[in-house]
Amino acid sequence: MSKPEFVYVTYIETTAEKLWEALTSSEFSKLYWFDTELRSDWKVGSPLALVMNGTTTTDTGKILEADRPRRLSYTFKHELREEMRNEQPSKVIFNLEPHGKFVKLTLTHEGFAEGSKVLDGISRGWPAILSGLKSLLETGKPLVIPPTCL
Amino acid sequence: MDIANFKPAIVYTIYIASTPERVWQALTTAEFSRQYFSGFAIEAELKVGGAFIARAPDGSVHISGEVFECDPPRKLTITWNVNWPALVEKLGPTLVTYEIEQAGAAVKLTMLQSHDRDISDDILEGGRQGWPAILSSLKSVLETGKPLAIKMQPPQRMLAALNAMGIATPG
Repeated sequence: MSKPEFVYVTYIETTAEKLWEALTSSEFSKLYWFDTELRSDWKVGSPLALVMNGTTTTDTGKILEADRPRRLSYTFKHELREEMRNEQPSKVIFNLEPHGKFVKLTLTHEGFAEGSKVLDGISRGWPAILSGLKSLLETGKPLVIPPTCL
Repeated sequence: MDIANFKPAIVYTIYIASTPERVWQALTTAEFSRQYFSGFAIEAELKVGGAFIARAPDGSVHISGEVFECDPPRKLTITWNVNWPALVEKLGPTLVTYEIEQAGAAVKLTMLQSHDRDISDDILEGGRQGWPAILSSLKSVLETGKPLAIKMQPPQRMLAALNAMGIATPG
């Protein structure tokens, strides 16, 4: 059996600095992350809140690592849906590796219990979010993906 | 061969600003594949039972297979057998399914790599490294007109695991 985790790799024509900025700036994230702001000062130990449509806190966390522009990690706890709110916090890790004109981005989302509903949700969400991020950085245009199509 | 016996070992989903028809074309024609797949030419006879080939830039057939499901522009299932001596004999065939769905103004492309037996993580590392590179570049070609020049090499841990099983690999 493999561990309950989700790993996603994508290659983006950009610089590690621009990608870091896109992963930590609400101005960007609103465009590719279902209108979600990432509220944090990104210092190790600081809180993080994911706020959708300017009003709804969907997830919270704490910054674990912020090695700009190489590695970012934070805890991740779902706050919105009743059936997922009581799950243990999981961990999000971004690794950014420059390769010439593009960056290899590896997302690892781990630390789930067996049968986690949050794992189901994020496994559908991350490909859409990270595909949108790639489009935004490469073309300047976000992808409009209705959440019902995930 | 009964494809019902195959279970997905690797699933990769990517959303692309394109149409299902263009994504289908990108997956099934040499004109596109040479751009995003390290110069490899996909030659597909698009009907059930038809031949499926990925030809290396030096003209050799690197991957050969057969079409099992063909529903343009929605679903394509093929065998994807790398032509390394004894590979299929030891690991069984590799099945690849592409599912293409409209998702709002974008297209959702899902790739499933399936096997009829358990395959070790070391060997699956090849697909886990390869598919994101191939499909990220395919997305860039369709959205920007330009591929990503990702140098692809088989992962060392995969080559070591294959060699340990008596499967010869190049180099």
